[in-house]
Amino acid sequence: MSVSAAAGATPRVALMITCLADMFYPEVGERIVRLLRRLGVEVTLPTGQTCCGLPLFNSGYHDEAAAVAARTVTIFRDAEAVIVPSGSCAWMVKHEYPGLLRGRAEAADAERLAARTWEFSQFLVRRLGRTTFESDVEGPLAYHDSCHLLRGLHEGATPRTLLNNLSGAAVVPLPGSDECCGFGGSFSVRLPEVSTSILERKLANLEASGARCLVACDAGCLMQIRGGLARRNSPLRALHLAEVLKS
Amino acid sequence: MTEPLITTPLRERAAQALGDRFLHEALDIATTRFIALRRDAFGDFPEGEALRDRARAIKEATLQRLDAHLETLVANIERLGGHVHFATTAEEAREIVLDIARRTGARMAVKSKSMATEEIHLNDALQAIGVTPVETDLGEYIIQLAHERPSHIIAPAIHKTKGQVAELFSRELRRPGLPADPEVLTKIAREELREKFLTADLGITGANFAVADTGTVVLVTNEGNGRMVTSLPRVHVAVMGVEKVIPSMTDLAVFLAILAKSATGQKLSVYTTLVQGPRRPGELEGPDEFHLVLLDNGRVAQLAGPLRESLYCLRCGACLNVCPVYRQIGGHAYGYTYPGPIGILLTAMLNGPASVRDLSHASSLCGACADACPVRIDIPRMLIELRREVNVRGIAPRSERIVFKALARLLRSPTLYRLAARIGRAAQRPFVSDGRIRALPSFFGEWTKTRDLPSIAARTFQERWRDLS
Repeated sequence: MSVSAAAGATPRVALMITCLADMFYPEVGERIVRLLRRLGVEVTLPTGQTCCGLPLFNSGYHDEAAAVAARTVTIFRDAEAVIVPSGSCAWMVKHEYPGLLRGRAEAADAERLAARTWEFSQFLVRRLGRTTFESDVEGPLAYHDSCHLLRGLHEGATPRTLLNNLSGAAVVPLPGSDECCGFGGSFSVRLPEVSTSILERKLANLEASGARCLVACDAGCLMQIRGGLARRNSPLRALHLAEVLKS
Repeated sequence: MTEPLITTPLRERAAQALGDRFLHEALDIATTRFIALRRDAFGDFPEGEALRDRARAIKEATLQRLDAHLETLVANIERLGGHVHFATTAEEAREIVLDIARRTGARMAVKSKSMATEEIHLNDALQAIGVTPVETDLGEYIIQLAHERPSHIIAPAIHKTKGQVAELFSRELRRPGLPADPEVLTKIAREELREKFLTADLGITGANFAVADTGTVVLVTNEGNGRMVTSLPRVHVAVMGVEKVIPSMTDLAVFLAILAKSATGQKLSVYTTLVQGPRRPGELEGPDEFHLVLLDNGRVAQLAGPLRESLYCLRCGACLNVCPVYRQIGGHAYGYTYPGPIGILLTAMLNGPASVRDLSHASSLCGACADACPVRIDIPRMLIELRREVNVRGIAPRSERIVFKALARLLRSPTLYRLAARIGRAAQRPFVSDGRIRALPSFFGEWTKTRDLPSIAARTFQERWRDLS
C-alpha cells in the first residue's frame, strides 16, 4: 500500500454512497465528505448512483446484478479512487464485479474500478496514512467486524487502528466481534426468526462488553443492530465509524 | 434422488428449533467449545495454514484423476484379498451391503460412526431384512436409542444435554434414576455395547480416507469402537464416497495433521485405524472378509459441476460449529442427512436443486464457514451459485422472482430509484415516529416484528449533495 502517494498532489476521490446510506443514513455520507475535505481530499459524487447490485447477486440474480454493475462501472469510469462507506458494497465492487462483467464491454473498466475502490477506513489508513482522530462520541466504544469487510476484504486492522488511536474515547473488546450480526440482506426477512436470534447474541455480547456504543463499517449491520437496540429501548448506540471520527 | 423432499417449510422447522430451550443450551455450549478448541489447536501450530493449502491442492489434483486413483485403490485392495463394489446410487449401495449380510448369514451389525451409511439410510434397510444394526459411537448410540438421526457431522448427539441423555438411558435401558454425569453414562453405554461387539457378525464403518497406493482404508475415531468394529466381526464392510480416495501415505499425513484440529481441536484423534484387507494367514485378529463399497450417489456428476469443491470436504464439521445459523437451529432443522453450510451443498448434490430451494438461503453468507474449512472450500460462493441455479431453473417461487426482477429494473434506472425513494417516503408516513418505524404491514412486517426500521430520510444524500458543494 502506498502511503507516500498521499503526499504531493491533492487526492481526489469519488464517493460511492450506496443505497442504504443514501436513503437511510445520509448523515454518514455528509460526515465522510466533511472529514475528507478537512484532510485535503477533493470529493466528487458521480451522478445517477443507485446500488452496487449486491442484493441481486447474493440472491442469485446474476444477469440482473451484472446489468447494475455495468452501470456502476460506467458511472465511476473516470474516478481516480472510489470510496465506499460499507464493507459489503466495497467487496462487491472489488471482489465480484470483474467476474460478473467478464467478457462484456465493461470488463476492463470493472477490473480498474476494483483496483481503485477503497472501503472508508482503508482509504483513511492505507491510502492517506491518517490514523489519529478525535472522537465525537463518548466511549467506551466496541468494534463489530462486518463479515464482508473482515472475511471478504480481509480487513480487520484499519477500523481498529482508527479506534485505538482515537483521543477522547476508550475502546473495549467486543466478545465474538467477528461473528455475524444476522443481517445477511434478504436473509433477514427470509428467515427473520433466525436472523433475530443471531442478532440477540450480538446484542448480548455488546452488553457484556461494557461499551456504550458499537462501531461498524457497514450500513447493513447498522440497520440490523440499531433496529434491535431501538426495539429493546436500549440506551446503547450503534454508529458508523464516520459518525465517531470528528470531522 | 436419495431422500424425499421435505415439505414442512424451512422457516417453520427453524422456528421450532429456536423454541427448544434445551437445544439452544446444548448447541451453544458445544459449538462455543468446538470453536475455542479449534482456534487453540491452530494457534499452537504455525504450519497449519500451509498444510491447509497443501491439503486443498492434494484434493484438487486427486479429483482431476479420480478414475486412475480409484483403479489403483481397487487393484491394491483386491491384491490384499478384499472386495470392492461400486454403487451408483444409494439404493445400489444398500443392496450391496444387504447382499453381503444375507450371504454371510448376519444377524447383528455393529457400526462405527459413518455419515455415508446415514446418507444411504442403511440402518432401516438392515432392520427390514432382520439384521439388527447397533451404533457403537457414543453419540450415534444415543440417537439410535432416541430414534433420531445425527444433527452434526461429527457430534451426532450435539443437540442433547447431558440431562436429556440421562433420562433417555434411564428409560430405554431400563435403569431408572441415572445421574446427568457423562462419565457414568459412558460407562453404562460401554457395558451395553461390549456384548454386542462380541456377538455381531458384521462390522460396518465409513472411511475418512482410502490410500490408493497401499489399499488402506483409514478411520479416524476417538472411542476405540472403530477398532472393535473392524476387527471383531467376521465380516467388515466399509462404505465410502468415491471422493475420499487419496494417492499416498504422505498425503494422509497432511490430512491427519489438520483433520482433528479442525474437528475437535485435538492434535490427533485418539485412534487412527488403518485397515488393509481381511485378516491374513498368521494374523490373530481381523475379519475373514473385507468389503469396500465405493459410493457415487451424485458425486461423479459434480467432478465437472458447480459443486465440485464440495467434494474436497473432509467431514470435519468445523463449518457447522462456526455457522451462526447452525448455532441457532441445529442440524435437524436442515431436514436432510448433512446439516450446516456444507450440508446444504451436499444436499443439493445428493437430492438435486429443488431440495435446496429454501435451504440455499439458510445462510447470511457471513463466510465463517469458508474461513474455518481446513481445505478452504468456498461455501458461500457455491450457496450463491445454488441460489442462481434455483432461479434459472424456475424452482424459486414466482413471487420472489417478480420482486427481484422489479428491484433490478429499479436499480438500473436512477429515475425509478429516485421515484421509489419518493413513494417510499410518502408510504411510510403513517408508520414513522421519531424517525423510526416500529410496525409495517405485509412483507415488511417480517423485519419490523422484532426490529425497528429506519425511515427513508427526508432528503437522500444525493439530494443533499448540492448543499455540500
